[in-house]
Amino acid sequence: MATLEHSVPRTAGGLLEWFTSVDHKKIGILYLSSALVFFVLSGILALVMRSELAQPGLQLVDRQTYAQLFTMHGTGMMFFFGTPMVIGLANYFVPLHIGAPDVAFPRLNAFAFWLTLAGAVMAFAGFLTATGAAAFGWTAYAPLSGDAYSPGTGADLWIIGVALSGVAGVLAAVNLLATIFGMRAPGMSMLRMSIFNWNIVVTSILIAFSFPALTVALALLWADRNLGSSFFEPAGGGDPVLYQHLFWFFGHPEVYILILPFFGIVTEIIPVFSRKPVFGYKGFVFATLLIGAYSFSVWAHHMFTTGAVDGPFFSATSMLIAVPTGIKFFNWIGTMWGGKIRFQTPMLFCAGFLFMFLMGGITGVFLASPPLDYFVHDTYYVVAHLHYVLFGGSVFAMFAGLYYWIPKMSGRMLSEGLGKLHFVLLLVGMNAAFFPMHQLGIDGMQRRIPDYPASFGYAQENLVSTAGAFLIALAVLVFFINLFVSLRRGPLAGDDPWGGYTLEWATTSPPPHHNFHRLPPIRSARPVFDERRENAQAGPEGGSP
Amino acid sequence: MTRGRLVRASLLVAASAAGACAPSGAPSVLDPRGVGARRIEGLWWLMFWISVVVFAVVVAFLAVAYVRGHRKQTRLSEARWGGPFVVVSGIVAPSLILAGVFVVSLNDMMALSTPPQEPGLTIDIIGHDWWWEARYQGSGAVTANEIHIPTGESVRLRLTTDDVIHSFWVPQLQAKTDLIPGQVNSMWLQADEAGRYRGQCAEFCGLQHANMIFYVIADEPGKFESWLANEASEAAEPAASGAARGESVFLQSSCAGCHAVRGTEADSDLGPDLTHLARRETIASGVLDNTRSELARWIIDPQSAKPGAIMPPTELSSADLDALLDYLEGLK
Ligand code: HEC
Ligand code: HEM
Ligand SMILES: [Cu+2]
Ligand SMILES: [Cu+2]
Repeated sequence: MATLEHSVPRTAGGLLEWFTSVDHKKIGILYLSSALVFFVLSGILALVMRSELAQPGLQLVDRQTYAQLFTMHGTGMMFFFGTPMVIGLANYFVPLHIGAPDVAFPRLNAFAFWLTLAGAVMAFAGFLTATGAAAFGWTAYAPLSGDAYSPGTGADLWIIGVALSGVAGVLAAVNLLATIFGMRAPGMSMLRMSIFNWNIVVTSILIAFSFPALTVALALLWADRNLGSSFFEPAGGGDPVLYQHLFWFFGHPEVYILILPFFGIVTEIIPVFSRKPVFGYKGFVFATLLIGAYSFSVWAHHMFTTGAVDGPFFSATSMLIAVPTGIKFFNWIGTMWGGKIRFQTPMLFCAGFLFMFLMGGITGVFLASPPLDYFVHDTYYVVAHLHYVLFGGSVFAMFAGLYYWIPKMSGRMLSEGLGKLHFVLLLVGMNAAFFPMHQLGIDGMQRRIPDYPASFGYAQENLVSTAGAFLIALAVLVFFINLFVSLRRGPLAGDDPWGGYTLEWATTSPPPHHNFHRLPPIRSARPVFDERRENAQAGPEGGSP
Repeated sequence: MTRGRLVRASLLVAASAAGACAPSGAPSVLDPRGVGARRIEGLWWLMFWISVVVFAVVVAFLAVAYVRGHRKQTRLSEARWGGPFVVVSGIVAPSLILAGVFVVSLNDMMALSTPPQEPGLTIDIIGHDWWWEARYQGSGAVTANEIHIPTGESVRLRLTTDDVIHSFWVPQLQAKTDLIPGQVNSMWLQADEAGRYRGQCAEFCGLQHANMIFYVIADEPGKFESWLANEASEAAEPAASGAARGESVFLQSSCAGCHAVRGTEADSDLGPDLTHLARRETIASGVLDNTRSELARWIIDPQSAKPGAIMPPTELSSADLDALLDYLEGLK
């Protein structure tokens, strides 16, 4: 094991190096940083929305601004926070997990990042134009998103920005696949890969096959707006439902793109903090593959109310996809069962993830039932569901991953105390913000409205929800304070602060330029664990695994 | 309803809400007033209780795993596939539950697609930015935003749109259905008891989406028939001289370019049909009450009441305005 460089190295080339680097770790950190910036930006947009919704009536913003807010909040969170966060984590940890020195195409990697960022900046630049940013929802349904109903540069900037980041996503995904298939260290067979890597394999395939549908939809939309074509305009023989098919053929896999990698992270953390191997490795891999395959067959469950899709078919596939998810759930439980659990911050966030994602999963089954969807579709019930999945699921797992891996990336531990405070605030805030939305939806409050009647009891629930949103903001603030303080003064992490299993813990923190000075022998999915045990058995103390 | 209250209360407690919360006639899915919505209520509660049980069982597993998770020594062997535990609780149990839910759902879905009786009445519903047009087939009656139906009968709706996608939703009566350009969708409505049921556009359609409200007004069949007969008739000649002057103001200013008053030369369908405007309780899709002062405000400055609405402000002398209001208020 490398032992020489325990100090935290400063970047040699200064700022310029960040712009020119093709090192997967630097690019990974760039992805993570830009994703976090857009998380905060989109979060601020959400806070403005929640402030407006705290009371009935319009107090803060006008209707047009509100529409820009929810559009750019959703867009920012899905395209410029979620997807880049996934790709960033994969960038940093896929090569480390398979014992490779870098990704397969480092330059392409850098190009994909800068393209993503350019797309994000472009879409948000809409706020600076005279007519403001796009205001047709993150789904941009035609014909509302056409030039007749959404004139203005902001909408075109949105289309181009999102399309660019989509293309960049495909480049990144292809790169990751090439890396995983072509650059595994000797001994690292596919079935010895970390579950995180497996999930990245499936995620990358989803990106590679679903984003092109989005690119096509956006290109046609752009042509309708700027070249006078009528792909989605019925007056010219086009079909607005076609847009929805294309969008959701991308959009549903996108939901899995934003959750599978986080399943992967949770599946790395739970075993390490339970001191047990993952329960049912092959079952996990199989379930992930199944989810990936199914996720292409469920898209029209977003379109039940159009009257233009086969309800029973898409209902059946949507319910079926809950089964492999159930498999995973019980694998996690099985992993913890009879383990020796340590509730450090990463594990706490995993626990939060399990409860919140369970909620989101169950409310999702309601939506897969067409008759129920006919009622709660496009209401706050859906907003509640999607935030339980994406916030309670993905974001909680992301924080678990950050607390787990930032010591590896920076060489310094984050504060446990602040981490626990962060967790508690986030858990309370998230439930206060999103739980009441279920009731709002059932009571008939539709989504995407800046104002609501004062009379139906909507006011109290909205107030609670707004208070929760500010608690979330406070929690995120605590995280950033923790980050800034700990990166400067946190205790040194050493190679392996958690007693990890996978290869990233076999190198220094942060890893050297080419990642490994030496690799342990790879004879299972837990090479670092194996080596530690052999050393312990050989050494004087024996000791626990 | 009481169960709805219970859930509401527990939800709010769980969300650490302070203060009382009385449901105040919200157009709730769980307060159904029609055949369609009632089916959903049943399905909802079935799934709700299944979910509660599933949630409780999984949480119990998690809790036990956490509480017992302090072994000194743990097993080192790897279960590669997961074994019977995962097969039973992760595959068999969910599959059975989901299959059951699917069959029940399908049954309800079929039920929602066919009206309990053959509808005698068909209404064309046309979505506009941002108001609803209702044309009663066979009678020539045309109205806006307040859709009358007879109680106890199935009524068919043919849904189309004049511009973007909208979605027709009366939570207490029936499932929502989208209005899609270039497509004709259809659905049915049936209300058990007389009443005024709030509906709204559910698909984001631009600036005034939040205000694209409408009401379904269910009347006893007799009352409905007389409403329909009146609505189908042409506007009566204005009786008083003020109203007669108002009619000429209406016909000579821009109004006639967008609105129809059947029986006069005004026959445009860009805006709501005003033939029997005075019978409506609200105007501008539920935004204003149909009173003289609100009507005046709407005519002079619709943009302050409903910014973005496709009706321009009109400048009128106060005498003309008074006459116009007399005329409009006489359109019974
Ligand atoms: C450019 C077309 C246009 C012109 C001109 C116009 N209106 Fe309108 N009017 C509309 C539209 C569109 C609506 C529906 C607005 C909405 O609810 O969003 C409307 C709504 C109304 C309503 C409410 C109807 C209801 O049931 O909700 C009244 C009353 C009305 N107009 C009266 C008038 C009068 C009087 C004039 C002339 C002084 C006039 N309008 C001129 C387009 C027009
Ligand atoms: C920071 C805490 C967050 C708050 C307070 C919040 C709040 C909201 C609210 C109130 C809406 C509904 C707006 C409306 O329909 O009028 C919304 C929509 C949405 N949110 Fe969030 N959200 C948060 C985080 C997230 C995250 C982390 C994601 C995804 C990773 C996300 C994705 C979305 C999406 C996709 C929509 C739909 C946008 C649309 O309707 O076009 N949100 N959010
Ligand atoms: Cu989906
Ligand atoms: Cu609408």
